[in-house]
Amino acid sequence: MAKKVALLQGNDACAQGALYAGCTFFGGYPITPSTEVAEVLSIELPKIGGKFIQMEDEIGAMASVIGASLTGSKALTATSGPGVSLKQELIGYACIAEVPCVIINVMRGGPSTGMPTGPGQSDVQQAKWGTHGDHATIALVPASVQEIFTETVRAFNLAEKYRMPVQVLYDEIVGHMRERIEFPEPGELEVINRAAPTVTPENYKPYDTSFGDVPPLAGFGTGYRFHVTGLNKAQDGFPTTKAEYVDAEERRQISKVEKDEARAVIEKNEEYLVDDAEVLIFAYGSTSRSARYAVNELRKEGIKAGLFRPITLWPFPEKRIAALGKKVKGIVVPEMNLGQMNLEVERVVKGTCPVLHLGRVDGEPLNPGQIIAKVKEVK
Amino acid sequence: MAYDYAKHIRPGKLPHIWCPGCGHGIAMKGMIRAIDACGLEKNNTAIVSGIGCASRLPGYMDYCTLHTAHGRAAAFATGVKMARPEMNVIVVGGDGDGTAIGGNHFIHACRRNIDMTYIILNNSIYGMTGGQFSPCTPTGAKASTTVYGNPDPTFDISKLAIGAGASFVARGTAFHAAQIDKLIAEGIKHKGLAVIEILDDCPTTYGRRNKFRSVVDMMKRLKEIAVPVAAAAKMTAEQLEGKVLTGILHQENKPEYCEQYAQVIARAKCA
Repeated sequence: MAKKVALLQGNDACAQGALYAGCTFFGGYPITPSTEVAEVLSIELPKIGGKFIQMEDEIGAMASVIGASLTGSKALTATSGPGVSLKQELIGYACIAEVPCVIINVMRGGPSTGMPTGPGQSDVQQAKWGTHGDHATIALVPASVQEIFTETVRAFNLAEKYRMPVQVLYDEIVGHMRERIEFPEPGELEVINRAAPTVTPENYKPYDTSFGDVPPLAGFGTGYRFHVTGLNKAQDGFPTTKAEYVDAEERRQISKVEKDEARAVIEKNEEYLVDDAEVLIFAYGSTSRSARYAVNELRKEGIKAGLFRPITLWPFPEKRIAALGKKVKGIVVPEMNLGQMNLEVERVVKGTCPVLHLGRVDGEPLNPGQIIAKVKEVK
Repeated sequence: MAYDYAKHIRPGKLPHIWCPGCGHGIAMKGMIRAIDACGLEKNNTAIVSGIGCASRLPGYMDYCTLHTAHGRAAAFATGVKMARPEMNVIVVGGDGDGTAIGGNHFIHACRRNIDMTYIILNNSIYGMTGGQFSPCTPTGAKASTTVYGNPDPTFDISKLAIGAGASFVARGTAFHAAQIDKLIAEGIKHKGLAVIEILDDCPTTYGRRNKFRSVVDMMKRLKEIAVPVAAAAKMTAEQLEGKVLTGILHQENKPEYCEQYAQVIARAKCA
């Protein structure tokens, strides 16, 4: 049977992906250029008995999402840079309390109000370092309408699997772009639900690492009583200041994402003509589309360019970029900011090849011509 | 036989963090009696708080407890209640947590009239951080950040709640301990957002700076300023000067948020 297809906007695809993943709660606050995600879910969620609430502010939206998730719901919020700035404290809360949830950031320029209707990619380091304190980050950066759908599903899966907030960042261009999308059939994409406790309520501890470094999370109202706090806590969930507990818990919460075994699941990249590439372009989101065009044009001219496109931006694909850095003459990092992911590329290649940044923050996309010119600067 | 509070308290979690003379423990005991009187089931009851001395209360209670971020309790609780309307949801917090940093969530929870019970322990000060003035610190009073006297006007939390749309608003004091459980129980039974403001004392960070010689003096003040609403009806404006009304200040029937949303679901399914 032919698949259901549609001409869909990126933000609409995000909402459809959330529904496919089993999202039953959305808490949000209106903000350009993400609002269509909320609008679609305000229509679709009640049809399946799900809940949509427009909260009084961005912080309240994030709080409602965490509260809903603690009852067992798969919960989502969608916003843009200023909203993500406001949500940061509670993103950290979801990290330390280990509450699965998904945060969509349709990126515009910044700082502050910036250019609300223009695209940007300047929240990529905020996604990693925005909230205070040490913590792991999972952030996905889809580059097409189809991929927004699939990556939103994957964001829910990773949130549930690793029991933490997962951010999906796509720029306004991809968010408002309309493209053909093929809807996956039910069951075609994997849908992961959080591990449920296997012990009786009397023996349940919300951070019991004897079940692994992602302990099962019970839901409020399901017969399990437990305590959730943003304080450093022991395995029973109650606050502690004991050095050995605090240290062990903080390290576990990072290693559950950054250890090799987890990275193998979480990291996802696309490599285009990389095998024989002499110049590597590292590009994500809408910029990667210009970069792919640039690679094709450069190849016609006999310049061996290749594209590395991270689909998971955080955790950063350290090993692969470090390995490629030793093979190529240079890496070009085009992005709609004045130098963010190039810092990470520089950090991991450790000077083994030059890293050239190409930034644009005037509200216009980076075009292939600009990328081609930058690649030609690599000697 | 003495009332058995222990069955509601988490084993091993006492003693609490509150200072000697603090009224929070009196309020917690009242809350326990109210929960008991209403027969709330432990597994089906969430107690949600923000940050501050009062917000440590849920940790002691053997219920589904959620200690959130400063000011955000009502918003977290809204998520819990929306996702699981069959749960009883009680929010507990202080005056700074609820009406300063959390003021927006507080008024909007009132406006939505979502079926939750919000207990505010109003001790007129930020106690945990050492006694900075809150929106409820009396004008002229001393706090660690108002050593020359507080220049700020104060919030009347109950009036704020009524103005914002809460359908049940009551006020008690830590002195009138026997009344607390009755007010909270009425709030729990009420369908809609119920705000119960408990006037409380902080001898450590407020009393010492404001010429209260002892906890007894602070309790005496609560006794003296409180006037039950029925008694107040017979008093002149002059007689009511400096007094605070106690009891159920406001109650009305109006649409509750989760019920309203259930209708949204019904309409969406027919659409």
